[in-house]
Amino acid sequence: MELNPLMIFIAAILTHNIALSYLLGMCPLLAMSRQTNTAIGMGIAVIFVMTITAIVNWLLYHFVLIPSGSEIMSYLVFIIVIASVVQLLEMIIEKFFPRLQSSFGIFLPLITVNCTILAVSLFMVLRTYNFWQTVLFSSGSGVGWALAITIIAAIREKLRMVSDVPQGLRGAGITMVIAGILSLAFMGFSGMVDIQ
Amino acid sequence: MLTFIVINSILLAIALLLVIAEKFLVTYGECSVILNGDKTFNVMGGESVLAYLNQHKLFIPSACGGKATCGFCKLKVLSGGGNILPTEEVYVTKQESKEGYRLACQVKVKKDVNIYIPEYLLGAQEYESVASEIIQLTHDINILKLKILGDKKIKFLPGQYVQFKIPGTDEYRAYSVASSPDNTDYVELIIRLVPGGLCSTYVHKVLETGEKVIFTGPFGDFYLREETDTDIVAIGGGAGMAPIRSILYYLASRGMKRKFYYFFGARTAQDLFFTKELKEVEKEFPNFKYIPAIQDPEPKDNWEGEVGFVTQAAEKFLDKTSKKTAYLCGPPPMIDAAVTVLARKNIQPEDIHYDKF
Repeated sequence: MELNPLMIFIAAILTHNIALSYLLGMCPLLAMSRQTNTAIGMGIAVIFVMTITAIVNWLLYHFVLIPSGSEIMSYLVFIIVIASVVQLLEMIIEKFFPRLQSSFGIFLPLITVNCTILAVSLFMVLRTYNFWQTVLFSSGSGVGWALAITIIAAIREKLRMVSDVPQGLRGAGITMVIAGILSLAFMGFSGMVDIQ
Repeated sequence: MLTFIVINSILLAIALLLVIAEKFLVTYGECSVILNGDKTFNVMGGESVLAYLNQHKLFIPSACGGKATCGFCKLKVLSGGGNILPTEEVYVTKQESKEGYRLACQVKVKKDVNIYIPEYLLGAQEYESVASEIIQLTHDINILKLKILGDKKIKFLPGQYVQFKIPGTDEYRAYSVASSPDNTDYVELIIRLVPGGLCSTYVHKVLETGEKVIFTGPFGDFYLREETDTDIVAIGGGAGMAPIRSILYYLASRGMKRKFYYFFGARTAQDLFFTKELKEVEKEFPNFKYIPAIQDPEPKDNWEGEVGFVTQAAEKFLDKTSKKTAYLCGPPPMIDAAVTVLARKNIQPEDIHYDKF
């Protein structure tokens, strides 16, 4: 059955959230979720890069790698495409959108090594998505990740203001606990849409 | 074979694309970095202020190699730096941000930039040196002597620190100079092995005498204040011996005219070092008193000195009458405790100088 791209989009945000149900991209999720502003900046950058790299990778995979029978090299190509697309984006943004650069441009280099970006490209191959499915899946995954980091950052910010976290749990420890509880909460969405 | 050609052409295309993009998109042209309104460096834009300062042999404190994770390279950007980046907000307070403080490693030069660096930081230079002596002092502390190569001399205030460049990385770690400023051709550093610590592990496990290392300095506002002639109280523990030792020898070579109490805290008698050396200074100069305090002495040590925290010893020995200046160097809890004790001894907060590590 052909899945409706819109359904994939919603599933990628809620039921199959890449951060909270696949636990991908934990490093920036822990490190960049100290302040809500920073988290939103990082989230937007992830949405942006994830969508663009998935599209480029989809085109390359279907129009170059499959016809030439070199699917086996897809990992290598995907990683290099991600790295160079990020670089290219950074240059373009810096040149033409200096405003944008100061709000999220600095997160771009960090994203190069973010495993969620590669994961989205690999999932799209694994699940044999067509072009529009890929577009909505990747942007949905980005939105899902941004949502997760923003919620975590907001909770952490509030936690710092009002509660006394036990010393041994401060920093990454309590963030993991928050992420765990959030991930349980997101399980409540399961059954809403299913894309597996 | 086809795979090979396809992959290579993809890579080549990507590389070409990036090179072309860089040529057309990244052009800042020639910019100036203006320092304190009088010095101007003309540079090709695109890199950070910190990188240009280092290229022009100006060394400000920086430990992480420009990754915005140490927060040491803070300086005032008067104009041309753009807005503060989220990466800096962890290290720059709102108040500082209003005054224009930024992290030098995060300010990318895209147009003319005006910066301000206080005069006392500009004396720092880069020194090439050779590790001429490494002596084990206790089970986890050793002293490293770095002899400066060539005719270069180092000038510093007793108590200041230098930054040791960890070979093979862009990272630096700060260590107080333990030798007297009278010795201008070498510095001694006291280095405690921190489990998992990059630099201390290198010094303890890898570095051998004769190897070349690079350090920059001097830095820091923890140094002997000479505008007064009050008594001196020094409290320290572990590797915090270093700046105090530098101050001590500096004063000793000038006749030790001020009264000097030195309280040194350790866990066991095995953690004490330089005891003999300090006792000799004590014998030569009646004005100097060395008072080590041990937390848990063992019967086999035959310990006859002070038992307990170093602050308890200070509480016991210090009087409230004479005016004193205090120099504290040790772990934060020790310093916090010492500040409380010194306040009870009528030592004013502005007369207490400390170096937390």
